[in-house]
Amino acid sequence: MCSEASPRSPGAGAEAGTIRLRVKLFASLHVYLPEGAQRNEVTLEVPADTTPNALLERLRVPREMAHLVLRNGLYVKPGERDRAILREGDAFAVWPPVAGG
Amino acid sequence: MAWTGNVLRVNLTAGTVASEPLNKQWARDYLGQRGLATKYLAEEVDPTVDALGPDNKLIMVTGPLTGTMASTGGRYSVVTKSPLTGAVACSNSGGFIGAELKMAGWDMIIFEGKSPQPVYLSIQNEKAELLPADQIWGRSIWEADGILHKLHQDPDIRICCVGRAAEAGNLYAAIVNDLHRAAGRSGVGTVMASKHLKAVVVRGTRGVGNIKDPLRFMQATEAGKKVLSDNAVTGGGLPQYGTQVLMNVINEMAAMPTRNMREVQFEGAHRISGEAMHEPRQSDGKPNLTTNAACFACTIACGRIATIDKGHYTVQNKPEYWQASGGLEYEAAWALGSDTGVDDINALTYANFLCNEDGMDPISFGATVAAAMELYEMGALTKEETGGIELKFGSAEALTQCAELTAHGEGFGKELGLGSKRLCEKYGHPDLSMTVKGQEFPAYDPRGIQGMGLAYATSNRGACHLRGYTVSSEVLGIPEKTDPLATEGKPELVKAFQDATAVVDSSGLCVFTTFAWTLDDIAPQIDAACDGEWTTEYLLEVGERIWNLERDFNLRAGLTGKDDTLPKRLRKDAANVGPAKGMVNDVHAMMPKYYAIRGWTPEGELTEQTRQRLGL
Repeated sequence: MCSEASPRSPGAGAEAGTIRLRVKLFASLHVYLPEGAQRNEVTLEVPADTTPNALLERLRVPREMAHLVLRNGLYVKPGERDRAILREGDAFAVWPPVAGG
Repeated sequence: MAWTGNVLRVNLTAGTVASEPLNKQWARDYLGQRGLATKYLAEEVDPTVDALGPDNKLIMVTGPLTGTMASTGGRYSVVTKSPLTGAVACSNSGGFIGAELKMAGWDMIIFEGKSPQPVYLSIQNEKAELLPADQIWGRSIWEADGILHKLHQDPDIRICCVGRAAEAGNLYAAIVNDLHRAAGRSGVGTVMASKHLKAVVVRGTRGVGNIKDPLRFMQATEAGKKVLSDNAVTGGGLPQYGTQVLMNVINEMAAMPTRNMREVQFEGAHRISGEAMHEPRQSDGKPNLTTNAACFACTIACGRIATIDKGHYTVQNKPEYWQASGGLEYEAAWALGSDTGVDDINALTYANFLCNEDGMDPISFGATVAAAMELYEMGALTKEETGGIELKFGSAEALTQCAELTAHGEGFGKELGLGSKRLCEKYGHPDLSMTVKGQEFPAYDPRGIQGMGLAYATSNRGACHLRGYTVSSEVLGIPEKTDPLATEGKPELVKAFQDATAVVDSSGLCVFTTFAWTLDDIAPQIDAACDGEWTTEYLLEVGERIWNLERDFNLRAGLTGKDDTLPKRLRKDAANVGPAKGMVNDVHAMMPKYYAIRGWTPEGELTEQTRQRLGL
């Protein structure tokens, strides 16, 4: 379903029916990043109707570990994670339960 | 009981020490630590007093659970009037000295007056004496710690100390204990040095007894520890990544104050983050992070112990900085890094070491350097004033030079020691100071986290994240997620966090427990330890009483509702990217509701009804 995006010339878009996402898995979730990831981030090309939960499933991120999910910096509520809300070029970032101060 | 019932009063002018009984009624009304010491301060000190004059008092205080087996029960606080803000100062620290003081048999130490000569206080259980500080005055905290250990010939003494920054009058000087834990904010170290008090050395061997119901206390603390260990944050995230895990979170949501809060996202965040601290470096294959660490009785262990690359320019030929020591916490990494535009993790770690070695609040220091960088780039500050430093955003060399000068109280470092407010006023641009009530901001841009704007504006010690950490709800979803961009419901949220935090800060426990605990977890531990009945409801009343007592002190000191505001930049200049793009903080829209639910007048004054309800 998803593949690591091959290098493209700047400005190149995704194949028809697919979208390219900047996927970021932070803290202990870094172990689920596919090969080629750098600094907790990888660019993936996925079908355009991919939902956040489907993407997490493909990456083998346990659902209960996907506590903080941000799409372009905005929180994605658990009830929205089965909807096809992802768009070309989105930054999709996920954390397990974390806190600081 | 849990309290020892003993207060040590030290008159530095006369050179005397005396024991007196703790006011038990005040302990019942204000619990301990932050609340109880603020009551003593409010009763004994005229709030209009010169913070650096002999009439100000400095109180070191434990909580009823300090020194007990309760998880994180090692906290102590320093309460005084702040020279930075003119408001009440209360800075809280972990490490081991709080528990040691309690085990020596003291609930608090009240320092009054000013010693004619530099001295330090030595406590060994009931024996307390003032001793000459000739050998340690003028020395760094790390040097003084070594000298005091040799003098006392006891490896188990615990020491808190001020550094050369405090001696030079730096207005945000910290009191550092156990080498790298600090009562960091609001210049409590400056007050200590103004009294010619260099250090407090403590050895306590009595343990902490007086627990009201020992069996129930063991059960309650055990239950609390299980909650902490089972929780994904306190049992996993915090020990592994520390507070620094927030660097990427806050940056990703574009609420990362950057380059003196001109911007809200830092392109170098990933180079200075908690994740980056785990990455092996090229030179020796070791990561910046050496290990995590725990304070007394803590079962979380969020502390960062780090090393600097020995080949880095900051420490070449300086083996004294090659050892592992207190590393970057999120607030320090932000202030020294993102706010100055510096993404060199070794330079930040070095600057952080210097903040520990000579006792400076890294938040205020970093934010003041950031303000100076903006002044420099606009031409309001020149090389003539900086002593030749090219003070540009992003310059690691400039940051570390400033850290050395400010830590030692030399050259341009004296100017930086004024803090951002006074520096920006001096150079004609007061609006560039990112402060509330004169204290520099922590690491959350309130344009993207609206509740934090209200929390900053109303914080009793000036801009601070630890007086009402609504980030927990607005960003992290603890205890439940709220929308960070909304203002609706935030006055209630801010008040709830402020009151609950005042309780935790008065108990002897660490506020980080509240990522897993609520007051329902804390109340049974206090109730089993302390005389009287301590329910969640009563603790919330105590928290609200403490908040209002601090507010009352500040109002009597001359602050008004007009001080409950944010810098113009955060109210007028919209965020440039991210979810909050186009937004400012709407603090004044939230303020009337906040005042109303506090039971204050529209001008922010306590009403007579509120005073009566809370027994003020």
